[in-house]
Amino acid sequence: MTATAEIVIIIFLLLGVFLTLAAAFGVIRLPDVYTRNHAASKSATLGVMLILLACFLYFYLIEGHFSSRVLLGIAFIFITAPVGGHLISRAAYNSGVKLWEKSVRDDLKNKK
Amino acid sequence: MKTNDVILQTTSKVVFFMIVLFAIHLFFAGHYNPGGGFVGGLMTSGAIVLLLLAFDIKTVVKGFPIDYIILVGIGLLFAVGTAAGSLLFNIPFFTHAFGDVTLPVLGKTSLHTAMLFDTGVYLVVIGVTMTIIQTIGESE
Repeated sequence: MTATAEIVIIIFLLLGVFLTLAAAFGVIRLPDVYTRNHAASKSATLGVMLILLACFLYFYLIEGHFSSRVLLGIAFIFITAPVGGHLISRAAYNSGVKLWEKSVRDDLKNKK
Repeated sequence: MKTNDVILQTTSKVVFFMIVLFAIHLFFAGHYNPGGGFVGGLMTSGAIVLLLLAFDIKTVVKGFPIDYIILVGIGLLFAVGTAAGSLLFNIPFFTHAFGDVTLPVLGKTSLHTAMLFDTGVYLVVIGVTMTIIQTIGESE
């Protein structure tokens, strides 16, 4: 039982760390604000949620302590991080940051 | 260009209650766990600041018709009152009392007068933070 729990926790932790690393590489390598924001807000959100889930499972299955505030943290990040990304992107667009020169579509161009 | 804040306002309305619940949890957990009046008060005012960001200052004042300077006064009164209450029983200033009380709904609960002092800290922290932010926000 404990060995299975440990394996599940290790898988969640490694997946979460990998996704956070992928988000960091995306922020470095992608060309403009919007694609970088896309990488950072999606991948890092799921990565942090997986790490928190592993933390919750560790304390629940190994230590026997049900930590509801970690669950609340998972829900909180799931709600707020995409909204944060949306607001940063919108602020960038409204202040006139250019899209990448190879972008093919800009639906908001005629709305201004 | 007129901005459309539906996403921000809807999430703020949901998240506000989560933050306030967590603040109350921190406030009541302060005796046995990390937390207490200071963090709880800061987090409650953080929730109100989130509403200030999502809506304008007049809407929030209408929603919370509180004079925060009076809130500071009430908090200080709580703190001084619990500290001076020990003088009535002929024991030194700031001596706290505690004990188990049987309440009608909650059952046997251990209560401590340090909680009332913490309530004072909580109210003062909310009052001071909101006074600072609202006075900075209103002067244009």
